[in-house]
Amino acid sequence: MDPNSRRDIMLENYQHPFHRGLVEDEDYLLFNTNNESCIDHLDIQYQIEDGTIKDIRFDGEACAVSMSAASLMIKALIGKNKDEAKVILENYKKMLAGEDYDATILGELVVYEDIGKQPSRRRCAILAFESLEKLLEKM
Amino acid sequence: MHRDDFEILKSGIIYLDNSATTLKPKCVVDRVVDYYTKYTANAHRGDYDNSLKVDMMYEEVRDKVRDFIHAKSSKEIIFTSGTTDSLNRVVFGFMKYYLKKGDEVLLTKAEHASNILPWLELEKEIGIVVKYIPLENHQVVLRNVQESITERTKVISIAHITNVLGDERPVRDIGKLCQEKGIYFVVDGAQSVPHRAVDVEQLGIDFLAFSAHKMLGPTGVGILYGKEELLEKLHPTIVGGGMNTSFHSDGSWEYKSLPSRLEAGTPNIAGVIGFGAALDYLTEIGMENIHQYEQSLKQYFLAQLETIDHVTVYNKDVGGSIVAFNIDDVFSQDTAIYLNHYHICVRAGNHCAKILKEDLQVKNTCRVSFYFYNTKEEIDEVIRVLKRSKDIFRIVL
Repeated sequence: MDPNSRRDIMLENYQHPFHRGLVEDEDYLLFNTNNESCIDHLDIQYQIEDGTIKDIRFDGEACAVSMSAASLMIKALIGKNKDEAKVILENYKKMLAGEDYDATILGELVVYEDIGKQPSRRRCAILAFESLEKLLEKM
Repeated sequence: MHRDDFEILKSGIIYLDNSATTLKPKCVVDRVVDYYTKYTANAHRGDYDNSLKVDMMYEEVRDKVRDFIHAKSSKEIIFTSGTTDSLNRVVFGFMKYYLKKGDEVLLTKAEHASNILPWLELEKEIGIVVKYIPLENHQVVLRNVQESITERTKVISIAHITNVLGDERPVRDIGKLCQEKGIYFVVDGAQSVPHRAVDVEQLGIDFLAFSAHKMLGPTGVGILYGKEELLEKLHPTIVGGGMNTSFHSDGSWEYKSLPSRLEAGTPNIAGVIGFGAALDYLTEIGMENIHQYEQSLKQYFLAQLETIDHVTVYNKDVGGSIVAFNIDDVFSQDTAIYLNHYHICVRAGNHCAKILKEDLQVKNTCRVSFYFYNTKEEIDEVIRVLKRSKDIFRIVL
């Protein structure tokens, strides 16, 4: 994907994030993620039904990378079961670490491949996914 | 001014994060290197030439600090690791023994974490009551201080100049009020002592904390000033070598007199000696000159910012040399990353004052903080970059 298309996808998800805004529903599990090295923080809610991620909502204050990555992560995860979500997480982490990964599994999340090469921004790209790690421990 | 003395500026960076730490002039670095290469020794320990020289150099800096803040005696100057360490010693070495359950301590919501968390710990530990002086337009006004004082108020602990908005507090008036009412006045001078002349006697300050690295000195060196009779009562929070005269197997001991009693262990000798060079350097330029020059830079920057529609400034009328702003609809960290692309160093965030947001209604800002080596040409470049920030996400993403 060329840099302009990557940027367009990130910008679209930053300016019009998917499922932003939390819901008041006790069915949802809430996780807070803080980026210790900066000022980002995100709240992410997961609704699980029969071992599948039925819905995800998020809110918070964060930079364009953190915010858009949360939006794209949510799009990628809804409808996935634990094993599928785990594979997405593993491949995403591999991509950011510069290791071999399966791009077909990640879809639009591949737009963060280059950002993974900047240590200062890798944390922004992974922030939302920290909530997924916490979720997978509970699923 | 004096840009040639700062090697790092030759790299082309525009350094505007001086509230976080300042750059170091060559004379400071040389002084530190000299200690490590020409006369390394511990202080207060040996009878050989180098050790005596170190002793002398180290104690000379104490005298320089005394003169710099117009303290009465060198015994009132304690070397610590930084402002945070200094404030912690005031709270846990003095206030913990002086204050009783129900006694009130006045702070503000704009204080740095280092002037809030120790008090909150003490609140939990011994039951003091932490209260916040209401801010007016984010600033401290004397009337609100007066109205916050009750019969139980024993301490006021505030910054002279805050690190988020750079507002200057009416310290002299508050100092006078404290003296009249028998209230201890603790001042966080981290953002003021580096930028203007501070006279602890004139301002009626009981304890003053500040850091060397925010005024050209090495990191890891701080100052705790306290009135001698108060420091005499301050319990050492760290004990060990260098601060005792004797100790015995029957469990008895005797500590040294001030200031050694409060400096256990090998101090940051290189850092303190390097700080001496920083104090000489600042004195040579003159603190009043530094203050005036920074003010002219800030006014120039504010006037230029007025010409940019999509930038909001949060602190136009403050006394310090800090400008807090945001590009509209852009997260402050993205702005900082954008400016970094043009080698402009600014800070984004809440600047360790995490409860100020309750008053400011804005959680995070970009902060530009000046020092005397900044120039109008640098400001022009920042303005040029901010003006064309419509394409910020082409750079940031």
